[in-house]
Amino acid sequence: MSSAQNNYFIPEPSKWPIIAMLSILLLLLGSALSFNDVSVGNYMIVFGFALLAYMFHGWFSEVIGESLSGKYGEQEDNSFRQGMFWFIASEFFFFLCFFGSLYYLREIAVGWLSGEGYLAATQEFLYPAFEGAAAAWPTAGPELVGGAFESMGPTGVPLINTALLLTSGVTLTIAHHALKKENNSGLVLWMWATIALGLTFVGFQAYEYIHAYGELNLTLGTGVYGSTFYILTGFHGFHVVMGSIMLIVIALRSAKRHFTPKHHFAFEAVAWYWHFVDVVWLGLFIFVYWL
Amino acid sequence: MSTTTMNATHSHDDHGPLKGWRRWLYSTNHKDIGTMYLIFALIMLFLGGASAMAIRAELMYPGLQLLDPDLYNNIVTNHALVMIFGAVMPAAAGLANWMIPLMIGAPDMALPRMNNLSFWILPAAALMLILSFVVPFFPGGGSQINTGWTLYPPLSLKVGMSMDFLIFTIHLLGVSSVLASINIIVTIFNMRAPGMTVWKMPMFVWAWLVTAFLLILIVPVLAGGVTMLLFDRHFGTSFFDAAGGGDPVLFQHLFWFFGHPEVYVLLLPSIGVLSQVIPAFSRKPLFGWNSMIGAMIFLASLGMVVWAHHQYTIGMSSAAVNYFMIGTILISIPVGLMKFNFIATMWRGSMTFETPMLFAISIVIMFVFGGLTGVMLAIVPADMQYHDSMFVVAHFHYVLLPGAVMALFAGVLYWLPKWTGNMYNEKLGKWFFWTSLIGFNGTFFVQHFLGLAGMPRRIVDYSIQFAEFNFISSISAFVYGLSHLIFLYLVITTIKGIGTTKAKPRSWEGAQGLEWEVESPAPFHTWEKAPKIDKEGHYVK
Repeated sequence: MSSAQNNYFIPEPSKWPIIAMLSILLLLLGSALSFNDVSVGNYMIVFGFALLAYMFHGWFSEVIGESLSGKYGEQEDNSFRQGMFWFIASEFFFFLCFFGSLYYLREIAVGWLSGEGYLAATQEFLYPAFEGAAAAWPTAGPELVGGAFESMGPTGVPLINTALLLTSGVTLTIAHHALKKENNSGLVLWMWATIALGLTFVGFQAYEYIHAYGELNLTLGTGVYGSTFYILTGFHGFHVVMGSIMLIVIALRSAKRHFTPKHHFAFEAVAWYWHFVDVVWLGLFIFVYWL
Repeated sequence: MSTTTMNATHSHDDHGPLKGWRRWLYSTNHKDIGTMYLIFALIMLFLGGASAMAIRAELMYPGLQLLDPDLYNNIVTNHALVMIFGAVMPAAAGLANWMIPLMIGAPDMALPRMNNLSFWILPAAALMLILSFVVPFFPGGGSQINTGWTLYPPLSLKVGMSMDFLIFTIHLLGVSSVLASINIIVTIFNMRAPGMTVWKMPMFVWAWLVTAFLLILIVPVLAGGVTMLLFDRHFGTSFFDAAGGGDPVLFQHLFWFFGHPEVYVLLLPSIGVLSQVIPAFSRKPLFGWNSMIGAMIFLASLGMVVWAHHQYTIGMSSAAVNYFMIGTILISIPVGLMKFNFIATMWRGSMTFETPMLFAISIVIMFVFGGLTGVMLAIVPADMQYHDSMFVVAHFHYVLLPGAVMALFAGVLYWLPKWTGNMYNEKLGKWFFWTSLIGFNGTFFVQHFLGLAGMPRRIVDYSIQFAEFNFISSISAFVYGLSHLIFLYLVITTIKGIGTTKAKPRSWEGAQGLEWEVESPAPFHTWEKAPKIDKEGHYVK
């Protein structure tokens, strides 16, 4: 326990949480309306995004200001670290939901529905047509929802992407070492290298989606294979984009010399997040592309 | 921000409450945020209670009287969601916000702005939830939600746009819960006063620590599950559609992977409250302190791996069914341990029977009823008969009302003097206790018989032979519902100080813990100077 207990920084009342709430509400309410073809929803989404951007800019500016004016000591830093750690833990379980679903659909549901082993009656009563090609992964079900398709293999783009993300983890660590040695130009350089690798990954991922839609007829609507493929890679890709934006912010802040060897929570938080995104990709590469 | 006016020796930027509405909207104070949580929960309790009254009014006589079947189903869905996510969880979070910093000697929660955000997301979620209820009554609003709170596909894929409002409600509630849980964990790990080791923390703090871990692990899974539901509804995916190779049962697994531990999320804060209340009014320390922590951790861990006992009838393999049955029956071990500890705490204590203690004692007894019917339901061949009957309704109301709601009332009454500076009127408290006790048991005890006799749940009408018990149940339900008006009156008079006495700092003779070392009502800022704590964990003046 720190002896600075009674000096713990309690921020002044702040308008940002309520703006954050309003922006999220606008986004979700707008989406619910928009998905049901109520056109006012589209405007709400646009306005919600604008408000969200304003909120992030304002809230983070305030926090960065507090950090630079030295209001955060060891104990505050510790709160942020632990908070980030548990946030990433919750993200982990979010992805676990989709990985678990993939496992269940692929290893359990398809077998049961196609009457594997002693479950012949299950197939007969529930879905007699669930057999043949429908029963073997990759599947789009007995009705071949979305039409004939080819599945995505691990070689080529996914392999390159694995190399890109793993390398970006290394360059980020080099940047961290540069930060600890107060080598600011090295820090900035390696940050931008990391960002370049991340954005290249996003580019390749976009290329892969275009290829899948155009040539493999593998779409979001391609039965359960397409569904699991796109929800897993899609949410991961979204996290890479978020991570890249966070890295860009950190790179710009590095250039402004916001970080010291002892005091750089924001850098570490983003680095943890990036490594987490890396690990999720390894899971994707093994379970979605490879096996 | 007044970054330039910072005082060198004192880095508190925040000195007193703002005036007017800004105080509440912009708050970074754990007490104000806790108060808002509690008031929100009370409003939601009355909303959920109103829907319960509507359900019982309809079921008072066989046949259709008040509600058409669609509206009935909509109300049943809404009742569950409002009560679980709107009333019980925010009330427990309100207690956590108010009491954890006071109990561990912290000046506030670790992340005060995020704390405000996790509260203010709730009214947004409530708005979305209410919209999901009322949208079908507008032109082009689609059909009403008729799935129950479990939102099982394929039915939930067929519902109109209300379901999208509900899905986003769940996303909002999930964000709120995860942020609040992160805050609570960080506060407990990082904000304890020197000397307040984890092994000296009050049991309420321990209970919330375990709860917060559970929430972080399970809520994202529900968020993922309803996201897939959203994709199936609007973007042509086939997660829950067997024609495309998916499986509707997958949603049930995802839902109950969240839904079963959620039961312990509702229960554990209440176990924490009882662990404060029972020792205080027995004037003895809590019996089996270590075993209590062990039981809570055991309960939470086991609770995460027994979810499919809600789905015995889906046609799982018998190996899976046996595993889930044995795991579920094992749950009675930690729960039994907790009950044993509570009873042993009372054993030879010099007990007094103020309202919180009356609630605590009745909870220990009634929760055993709910636990026993839980063991009955855990047994697969028996459950095949009870499944989706009123017996299940009786079971989970016997678990959740004593185990969560009544314990929260006990907690509110126990800490109300600390919050308001006034002792509530004990006579009103006793009236509230007895009317709610009689009303509750009258409502739900007879539902065991209805279920065993074969009355299905979630159905607007029933066969004529169930009429008497349903009539008893409905009349009792009205008594139970009205008893909460006594509670409302009690709270308002206590806040206003009408017919009450001033509370001492240590409002109850036997109450232990740091929260009783500060004035009543607790000042806006407490423990700005960390309290001194001796080796035994006691406060040193």
